[in-house]
Amino acid sequence: MKQQFPDTHHDVSSTTIFGFWVYLMTDAVMFATFFATYVVLQGGTFGGPGIRDIVHLPFVLTETLLLLASSFTCGIAMLGVPKRETTKVIFWFFVTFVLGLIFLGMEFFEFNRLTADGHNWQTSAFLSAYFTLIGTHGLHIVAGLFFLPFFLAQLWRCGFSAAILRRLTCFRIYWQFIYLIWIFTFTIVYLIGVK
Amino acid sequence: MFFQHIKVRLAAIEYSDIFGRLTLEAFKHDAIEASVGISIIFGSIILVAVLTYYKLWTWLWTEWLTSVDHKKIGVMYLVVTVLMLFKGVVDALMMRAQQVLSVGDSFGYLTSSHYQQLFTAHGTTMIFFVAMGAVAALMNIIVPLQIGARDVAFPFLNNLSFWLFAVGASLLMVSLMIGEFSGAGWVGYPPLSGLEYNPGVGIDYWIWSLQISGIGSLLTGINFLVTIFKMRCPGMTLMKMPLFVWSVFNSVILIVFAFPILTATLAMLSLDRLLGMHFFTSDFGGSAMMYVNLIWAWGHPEVYILILPAFGVFSEVVATFSEKRLFGYVSMVWALISITILSFLVWLHHFFTMGAGPNVNTFFGFMTMIIAVPTGVKVFNWLFTMYKGKVHLTNPILWFLGFVFIFTIGGMTGVLMGVAPVDFQVHGSLFLIAHFHSMVVGGVLFGLIAGYVYWFPKIFGFKLNEKLGEYAWFCWMFGFLLTALPLYALGLMGATRRMDHYEASTGWAPLFVVAAIGAIIIFCGIGFQVLQLLVSFKERNKNRDLTGDPWNGRTLEWTTSSPPPVYNFAFIPEVKDRDAFWDQKQTGIPLHGEYKEIHMPKNTPLGFYIGVLSFTFSFGLIWYMMWLAAISFVGIVVCILLRLFDQHTDFYISAAEVKKIEEQTLKNKRFV
Repeated sequence: MKQQFPDTHHDVSSTTIFGFWVYLMTDAVMFATFFATYVVLQGGTFGGPGIRDIVHLPFVLTETLLLLASSFTCGIAMLGVPKRETTKVIFWFFVTFVLGLIFLGMEFFEFNRLTADGHNWQTSAFLSAYFTLIGTHGLHIVAGLFFLPFFLAQLWRCGFSAAILRRLTCFRIYWQFIYLIWIFTFTIVYLIGVK
Repeated sequence: MFFQHIKVRLAAIEYSDIFGRLTLEAFKHDAIEASVGISIIFGSIILVAVLTYYKLWTWLWTEWLTSVDHKKIGVMYLVVTVLMLFKGVVDALMMRAQQVLSVGDSFGYLTSSHYQQLFTAHGTTMIFFVAMGAVAALMNIIVPLQIGARDVAFPFLNNLSFWLFAVGASLLMVSLMIGEFSGAGWVGYPPLSGLEYNPGVGIDYWIWSLQISGIGSLLTGINFLVTIFKMRCPGMTLMKMPLFVWSVFNSVILIVFAFPILTATLAMLSLDRLLGMHFFTSDFGGSAMMYVNLIWAWGHPEVYILILPAFGVFSEVVATFSEKRLFGYVSMVWALISITILSFLVWLHHFFTMGAGPNVNTFFGFMTMIIAVPTGVKVFNWLFTMYKGKVHLTNPILWFLGFVFIFTIGGMTGVLMGVAPVDFQVHGSLFLIAHFHSMVVGGVLFGLIAGYVYWFPKIFGFKLNEKLGEYAWFCWMFGFLLTALPLYALGLMGATRRMDHYEASTGWAPLFVVAAIGAIIIFCGIGFQVLQLLVSFKERNKNRDLTGDPWNGRTLEWTTSSPPPVYNFAFIPEVKDRDAFWDQKQTGIPLHGEYKEIHMPKNTPLGFYIGVLSFTFSFGLIWYMMWLAAISFVGIVVCILLRLFDQHTDFYISAAEVKKIEEQTLKNKRFV
């Protein structure tokens, strides 16, 4: 592999994308901390509901599939990049956006149901950890959905500039990462939890 | 509906929609606390007056506050660090004075709550805003120069990191005037730091001060990891990097892996306090020990984040002033890497007494003792470098020798405490305090001071006065030993840490007096350093470094002028060997053709704006002014969007301009 030595120091795309990977690594460590805390505090239900009492697996599976689909459409969108197919890219990112939004809505619905039943994050350590872990993931989705339209607007206005390509690439990596985190959530919180 | 219980909580305290829980009470302090606040305000007024009188505001704004130049950001780190060091040292002196005065029937001059805030603020200040600040300063100024780069990978992010760091420091300072600071120790163990036992604003100040500056450090970590990976000049393979770069490289890897844990842990503590969650509470199934584990899973790597760059400085200093290639370069690199890995496997030694069981304690005890091996390798390598070298006893070498002595004492007591049964005896005693001060003062601080003296001419263009530096060194050495050695003894006699009063019958008083005298001598050392700076500045024309290479240096930062031009290198250097500059001196300085235009990043005020907004965001959350926090958050997002839509983030320095600057430098060199 050839090593590139840029003689200017401004944001070269490969540098930015590598930097973004490193950022995601730090994010992964943060999630790992929340996961570890969740696993430790899982039993701390303090007489309140445990994971088995609050989880409805088909619902969570639907969420998972939605996010999987959005991750997939995100990939399709990026396939339009080499040929500079603006409408294709924007369309598939739009689908990604909508799927992400539905996922978020379902997550919100789930939280709402729990708190309406009187099981909020103040009920027990388990629920604190549960809400924080799922909520942090949800906030990442919110951040992604918030910035995506701006990137698409830039793409629409300025075409495929280096900066926009870089941002779309970063978004794609980010979105896959968020999905990966969800797989861990699905496994550790839900599947192992109800076993 | 989600925020119902917050409303319940707010209904229970004195609260208004506009000022949150901020009332006039928050501004009332006792005489001693008030004097600190008043002197800060007074100092700020003088500063503003001077800046206005000399019409320096525009200069300050365009040349410094908005600068993305890594050298200027480094100098700004240095300024904040020095101010915070002064604050931290005053805290220390006040604690020493209290322990001298508060014996038997006398209760000293501080209230217990003020004393608790003092030791918390001292630890927080020294670790986060002095040691971290100084590491960030050196790494900012030196790393791009040593790897032959024109700036860091993400210059704007670098400016933002600095402002987040500065905001963390200013939150701590503001707590002295509005409200109070945490009294729960620098790592803030719950349940003491939880809402139930500490409902006031102190802990919140502490949390947000650490959280904001921690995010700044995390961004610095990412930035420098990428810089070192991607921005090295042609020919500089990993095994040709100067050891300071290697040490920073390992240090930033630790930052990248450790600081997210801190962010998450503080977030959870904050959620406990703000939203009434139960992560670390004593009831509702929470686990305070989880916090202790997490905070040290960050905290132990943190001490290595600080010490590794100090090791790096010594590697440079010892080689340069012995006029010899560093002994055992490869073993030095592998020692750094082993320390980096091992530092994640020892966190439990901070709480052997938790009761994890003999097997767990033994494992962590072993790991702790093993870390002494690579560290020992490094110390011996430095000493072997000096052996048969042409040693110049300059200031940096003096700091190195002081380090070897004090750090070895600290290291040996550290291994001692790695034995769990011994730790059960001295846990939480002054023995421990003396141990980690030996490491952090004798190791980190001496290293950073050595780096400061060594690179001072590179940064500012003139050398520091050697004589005054020697006096300062002597005071630090003598003063430190005078303070630390009694503390070791007191610890063995059973004196605990964080103690604001003790009985006369213990017979500890004389040793505390000796320790206090030591602290005063250290303070004199700092006085000499201030004097050194002033005298050197006054005589700067005499000590000017026109060659760019005052010490007969070995690495690339000495090839450029002092201070370096904004673009660092007119031509990107090419490296053939370790100690690239030394190699050039032997084989001939390479010739270059025509000057070319240089691409540089533009200054931007957005980092400063985001910094200010994160200050108001934190302040809003601390005092429950939710509207302020909300507006600030929106402001931060807007700033990020502005940056996203800014297409003019860089500019070119013309070839003619470069030629002008370079020819001036050459003229100066000939003048020498």
